[in-house]
Amino acid sequence: MSGIYDMLSALLPFAWADYKFMVNALLAVVLISPLMGILGTMAVNNKMAFFSDALGHSAFTGIALGVLLGIRNELISLVAFGVFIALVITRVKNRGNTSSDTVISVFSSGSVAVGLLVLSYGGSFSKYNSYLVGDVLSVTKGELLTLLITLICVIVIWALIYNKLLVISVNKELAASRGIKTSLYENIFVIVVAVVVMLSIKWVGILLINSLLILPAASARNLAKNSRQYLVLSVAISLVGAISGLLISFYGDTSAGATIVTVLTVIFFITYAIGSRKK
Amino acid sequence: MASENGCGLCKIQINNISVKRGGEVLLSDVSFHLHCGELTAVIGVNGAGKTTLVKSILGEIRHEGQVTFESHHGEKISKITIGYVPQHLDFDKSAPISVEDFLLVGRTNSPVCFNRKRKLSQELDNALESVGCLELKKRRLGELSGGELQRVMLVNALHPLPELLILDEPVSGVDVAGSEQFYKAIMNLKKNYHMAIAIVSHDLGIVKEYADNVVLINKTVLKSGTAQDVFGSPEFKQTFFSVAEGGGDK
Repeated sequence: MSGIYDMLSALLPFAWADYKFMVNALLAVVLISPLMGILGTMAVNNKMAFFSDALGHSAFTGIALGVLLGIRNELISLVAFGVFIALVITRVKNRGNTSSDTVISVFSSGSVAVGLLVLSYGGSFSKYNSYLVGDVLSVTKGELLTLLITLICVIVIWALIYNKLLVISVNKELAASRGIKTSLYENIFVIVVAVVVMLSIKWVGILLINSLLILPAASARNLAKNSRQYLVLSVAISLVGAISGLLISFYGDTSAGATIVTVLTVIFFITYAIGSRKK
Repeated sequence: MASENGCGLCKIQINNISVKRGGEVLLSDVSFHLHCGELTAVIGVNGAGKTTLVKSILGEIRHEGQVTFESHHGEKISKITIGYVPQHLDFDKSAPISVEDFLLVGRTNSPVCFNRKRKLSQELDNALESVGCLELKKRRLGELSGGELQRVMLVNALHPLPELLILDEPVSGVDVAGSEQFYKAIMNLKKNYHMAIAIVSHDLGIVKEYADNVVLINKTVLKSGTAQDVFGSPEFKQTFFSVAEGGGDK
């Protein structure tokens, strides 16, 4: 691990590279952003922007559950509740009910409220403030390793379910008529999204996580003509936005997560303008 | 010309299919059979239950009665491959999915966005060529015209090569040239692969020209036989001409 730091400090002769927390943060965004870029393409294709928003918000209740149950590592309750809520929302969505977006927003605001209610008991909410906007500068070596393992797992699962999800995103009935078990693949995907969102939420923050998932893919979609361009652009935009956002935040002394999302938003509008001029 | 197809299928029997939904009878006691190497057209007015029948054959909706498959020697076959071209594909027109992406999905398990296999690509070129739309390969699915999309859907339905091909209003909203090209491709399939083909159609002119058999339905089978038989029958006149006077279909 120290070899990586030596190499990076040799490669990056900048003032910020002298700070270990900045190097860690850089490694973290280099691991998180491709994850988001990859998953985002499928989330946007399958019209799940609203779903992942609700998922992020449910983190409040996940943390609260951990506190109530006395679980030391809040990550366990976060991930468990995230997977649970992801499966429930998908189930509701697939009922084909026209009011599914209403139900999703009920889940979203309900889980924010319940979480806040529990966490604010006795006026102790400030302890959890960092979850709102996240703090990528606090990432540790062990956590970086977890992120690396997650990235590898996600790439493997992604490769296995990619084709199936692509047909499902075109038309579900068509996918079913070709013998694809649509709800199985959808469930695998939402579980992966839930795990990744919950693992990253500590550094990215509840308020910003959805933007990191949706914005790169949405920007790539403005330009891409096929699925390869879509994926490559999404990961590239995600990386560029995250790295430049992190550096700007260092020099501008702003919140890293917020700066990254702002950069990604600017990129989105630029690609939107280019995309609509082409059409 | 092949006299048998891959699995030796000869006949598809539709036996007493009935479908009810919430007390309303959509289909009642529909029976007929489809033969390999023949094109059977299912005709009827709007709401006659044509699409419901297709979905029953595909096994997508609950129905009474059975669909059975029989070989040349009269033996039962438990499962056949069915290719299906839907009437209207509802999808997100802005999705960054190319024709190539879409068609490769059924041919490989590795992610299609990084397909580098020359053989697959060649196979796909041949398939597109066979329905006269090789030039669509790199286009986005959402950019295609109605006729182009139908031909791409046909290529999709033909892999893996089906024993039964079902087309639900395949050329509705497609121009004359597009429609001719489409049917030329269908006739080639019938001849070369000895496939059973079922077409649901509104276009009686096309039915008359291409169909070997015609089944006229309205909740149940009113008349079946050759195009000539059916078109000359009183049931046919009553269905289409009395409705037309009432301001209905055709």
